[in-house]
Amino acid sequence: MSEKVFINCTGGGPIRVHVKNGKITRVRPLVFDENDAPSWTIEAGGQKFTPPRKACVASFALTEKERVYSKDRILYPLKRVDFDQNGERHPENRGKSGYERISWDEAINIVSGEMKRIRSAYGPEAIVSRGSSHHNWGNVGYRSSTWARFFNLIGFTDILDNPDSWEGWHWGAPHAYGFFWRLGNPEQYDLLEDALKNTEMVIYWSNDPDSTHGIYGGNESALWRIWMRDLGIKQVFLDPYCNYTAAIHSEKWIAYRPGTETALAMAIAYVWLTEDTYDKQYIETHSLGFDEFKSYILGKEDGVAKTPEWAAEICDVPARNIIALAREWASKRTMLSSGTKGGEGGACRQAYATEWARMMVFLAAMQGMGKPGSNIWGTTLGPPFNATLDFPGYAQGGINRLAKKPAVNPVKQRIYRLLLPEAILNPPIKWMGDGFCGNSIEQQFNKYVYPLPGCSEVKMFYRYGGAFIATMTETNRWVRMYQSPKLEFVVNQDCWWCTETKFADIILPACTNLERNDISEWASAGGYSVHGAGACNHRVIVYQQKCVEPVGESKSDYQIFCELAERLGVKEEFTEGNTEEDWIKIMFDSSDLPKYISFEEFKKKGYYIVPQLENYKPTPSLRWFYEGRECDTPDLGNAKRNTEKGKELGTYSGKLEFVSQSLLKHTPDDDERPPLVHYIPSWEGHQSDLAKKYPLQLISPHPRYSFHTQHDSHVPWLSDIPGHRIWKDGYDYQVVRIHPTDAATRGIQNNDIVKLYNDRGAVLLIARITERIRPGVVHSCEGSAKYDPLEPGKAGSIDRGGCINVLTPSRMLSKNVPGMAPNSCLVEVSKWEV
Amino acid sequence: MGKVLIIDITKCNGCHNCQIACKDEHCGNDWSPIAKPQPLSGQFWIGVVDVVRGTVPKVKVAYNHIICQHCDDAPCIKACPNKAIYKRPDGIVIIDPLKCKGAGDCIKECPYEGVIFFNKELNISQKCTFCAHLIDKGWQEPRCVDACPTGALTFGEGAELRDLISKAEVLKPEIGVKPRVYYIGIPKRFIGGTIYNPELDEVVIGAEVNLQNEDDGISISCKADDFGDFWVDGLSPGKYLVTIKNSGYIHKELKADITEKDINLGDIALVRNKSV
Repeated sequence: MSEKVFINCTGGGPIRVHVKNGKITRVRPLVFDENDAPSWTIEAGGQKFTPPRKACVASFALTEKERVYSKDRILYPLKRVDFDQNGERHPENRGKSGYERISWDEAINIVSGEMKRIRSAYGPEAIVSRGSSHHNWGNVGYRSSTWARFFNLIGFTDILDNPDSWEGWHWGAPHAYGFFWRLGNPEQYDLLEDALKNTEMVIYWSNDPDSTHGIYGGNESALWRIWMRDLGIKQVFLDPYCNYTAAIHSEKWIAYRPGTETALAMAIAYVWLTEDTYDKQYIETHSLGFDEFKSYILGKEDGVAKTPEWAAEICDVPARNIIALAREWASKRTMLSSGTKGGEGGACRQAYATEWARMMVFLAAMQGMGKPGSNIWGTTLGPPFNATLDFPGYAQGGINRLAKKPAVNPVKQRIYRLLLPEAILNPPIKWMGDGFCGNSIEQQFNKYVYPLPGCSEVKMFYRYGGAFIATMTETNRWVRMYQSPKLEFVVNQDCWWCTETKFADIILPACTNLERNDISEWASAGGYSVHGAGACNHRVIVYQQKCVEPVGESKSDYQIFCELAERLGVKEEFTEGNTEEDWIKIMFDSSDLPKYISFEEFKKKGYYIVPQLENYKPTPSLRWFYEGRECDTPDLGNAKRNTEKGKELGTYSGKLEFVSQSLLKHTPDDDERPPLVHYIPSWEGHQSDLAKKYPLQLISPHPRYSFHTQHDSHVPWLSDIPGHRIWKDGYDYQVVRIHPTDAATRGIQNNDIVKLYNDRGAVLLIARITERIRPGVVHSCEGSAKYDPLEPGKAGSIDRGGCINVLTPSRMLSKNVPGMAPNSCLVEVSKWEV
Repeated sequence: MGKVLIIDITKCNGCHNCQIACKDEHCGNDWSPIAKPQPLSGQFWIGVVDVVRGTVPKVKVAYNHIICQHCDDAPCIKACPNKAIYKRPDGIVIIDPLKCKGAGDCIKECPYEGVIFFNKELNISQKCTFCAHLIDKGWQEPRCVDACPTGALTFGEGAELRDLISKAEVLKPEIGVKPRVYYIGIPKRFIGGTIYNPELDEVVIGAEVNLQNEDDGISISCKADDFGDFWVDGLSPGKYLVTIKNSGYIHKELKADITEKDINLGDIALVRNKSV
């Protein structure tokens, strides 16, 4: 049979998939042809910059062949051997027992039968479900689409996701500059051109764009940072770890102690205040509360001036280096790059990280945020961008939004994701905040209780795609939860065996998005992450062509939910008579795409490159605010845009708020996220008592070579990358980076297996002794796709899969801020004798 | 002149796309007579190795690319007792997987370490083919180059790439095997440090730093930047005398031995001259 080439898309970029005899033989980055729209060109510094005519995908996107045929694929429906829905269920054996193959018919019978039983005995709220992000790509067969339509239709207790990658920005920054509609991240329009033309220095603060890719943009922006280097734009890095971007671009690395960033930031403000090197006029006209801020920094509130000497002691960075940084920053047009989307970064995933995020906004503000070359910019978004063509992102409701009758969940009960174990094991639980608070600042102050009065506790967990174990904190809580008899029934629907799959009673095998048709735009989430496709040099809208038949007996998610809907008697309502292909066409028709290309042509070619606008006029982010004009960017979520308040930010006052009016209104007495920003020593940091027992600080950033748990050890090719995993005695151990002095005092050699441990648990890892990490800190990424306890299913057992969240605390950022703080984590390490 | 590969290390961000794309092309695919399948794990026909240079907080990483050099005077060709290794007219060196009998002499004789691998299962030696099976079908580039996002890898006719080659060097030029793989920006050595005034506890900006190679006497000068830093890369290995001068300060001399590795001299106190 001759070779066929299909187009598909992944979380790391669009690909060409070569297939021969029904098997994938090759996965290539999508390369454009001469008929595709031309690329943009930016002129700066006497040079012309234009991107390559191909998709610069992430490395893991190129492992899709290996991932489709991975040894970890779930091939058949499975039932736990000691689970009997009509007899003994043995929940205590979840995670321990093996599985037996069953037919689809039996699997669907058991799952639908249990759903009926539980719904009838306890009500629809007794079923809880949630998917993880990113395990598949496509707007139809995804959690925000097919999964959401099914469960909203039948009713269920939904889980509120915490913004796990940008906690401090989400819960802190909106109180300083608005942008709650972007979940705390700033707009990023046209900042590439602005930087290339106007910026003299970029300060990457806890930001590794070569690893985090603007989320889904793969390596698209890698070239931008090389262009900046070629133009002589100075690139400075503040991070305890010489991250992947710093490793090649750093002209200055300031390696502070984790958890002390806010102190460092305040010392910079101190230098500017005392040396009179900030934009006073801007502060006067654009902000409020600055006098109180100034007073606090100068020590008039608590008697402690936030001097560089004060910070030096805390951060373990010489005061003279802080002074030099502050002076250099004030004298140069500087981009503050404090996270891949402007916000994010490991510094925002730790105790009191709201304060760091607010300080980032304030430092940028003191240097005239929005003026040419001076802004908050992650260096991963903001190329010339045609925002006039509307195409939905994956998070914009998927097929449910397009249905004639969108399903609305009748159940009001919710559980907060980080508190799911406590909700099951030890209810009632309470928390404040909606999870993703993208509709208003007030959402951060909504109070919740579980169980909701009048509602049943949840009895069944329907887990869909990916894993919370390995991405959420304190893993052993989740193990105990799964083994609770209060969970009468657990289903896991996924393509691969992941960290949590083996805790299910019934496992349903789903096919990957290479085994079915779908439609999507590269890197586009939409909604709260509007114009996320700006992480790419070209807007690439993809008809995701089915490349091969589903592997094993796996089925598409849509097919699985159709079968369940049929047994529950709601198939017609669920499908409205549509096949997956029909939904793809409906989504195509709902967008602006038909104005540009016919469905037939789009389906045949497999992709469409959105053309640049002729006479494109850049509208750099916040330039309007700097210049006192009405917002002119296409930031769709900004509700003040095109109104009489169009010149305002999204804060209560419309200004930059050094004293937050929203915090003053809702939680005026909160001393852990006070209306006026404060430095508060970490509840688990170098100054804690616990540091005597566990003297090392663990940071666990997002991995470079996989997307959270996705792709990681399912693919041996990635385990061959020594920055990711290293093989030893036939096992691919996750890497922990240790400084030579810390290794020497513990007798640890390179490539030793070591035990990283604290009172919460222990993980076996392979030691990479390196100068890339500062002394006193160890580094190992979150997102292991393996959770492999030495004693299977035993909570507290030593894990050798690399599930670093076994060690991280479940304590939240602060008392009113329900974000996770994995980077506030003390540990010790010792050599492991096999 | 035939095909050449040019690797610009200064443009590599360590994404490993080249290494992964190579595996995608060759694992599970039989491209005989150019190549038999590469094992799923353990072989790297193009392997990326990160080299960490310096000490906290002056650290840089360079990514070495380990790949068959497709030498025009290839020792492996001569070493093979079965005449299984040949050079194509376009310069690409191929181990014919159908003729290879697993003698392994090529691995022993290859002057570049870690580029030829032995496949125990198939009893053959294997290595990079520049994806000759694709070039023969009209592809312009092998898979590693196709997958590179930053333009760090360039492949093509040597005659058309003369400008780029003129900026590049080859590995082990002294052995004269005429490799077809060229490198730009192979890391040399650096010396770095931060100069400060201990009295004021401030960095000293603009101090003149002179680095003199003690063997050949050649000097390089620079000025400390706004962070009080100097960080001079591209030095030849050897022993250096580092002299730091700034008006009003006592001159300082330090020794730096970068024969084996890069050196971060750390924080260097420069004391004011009392007589000034």
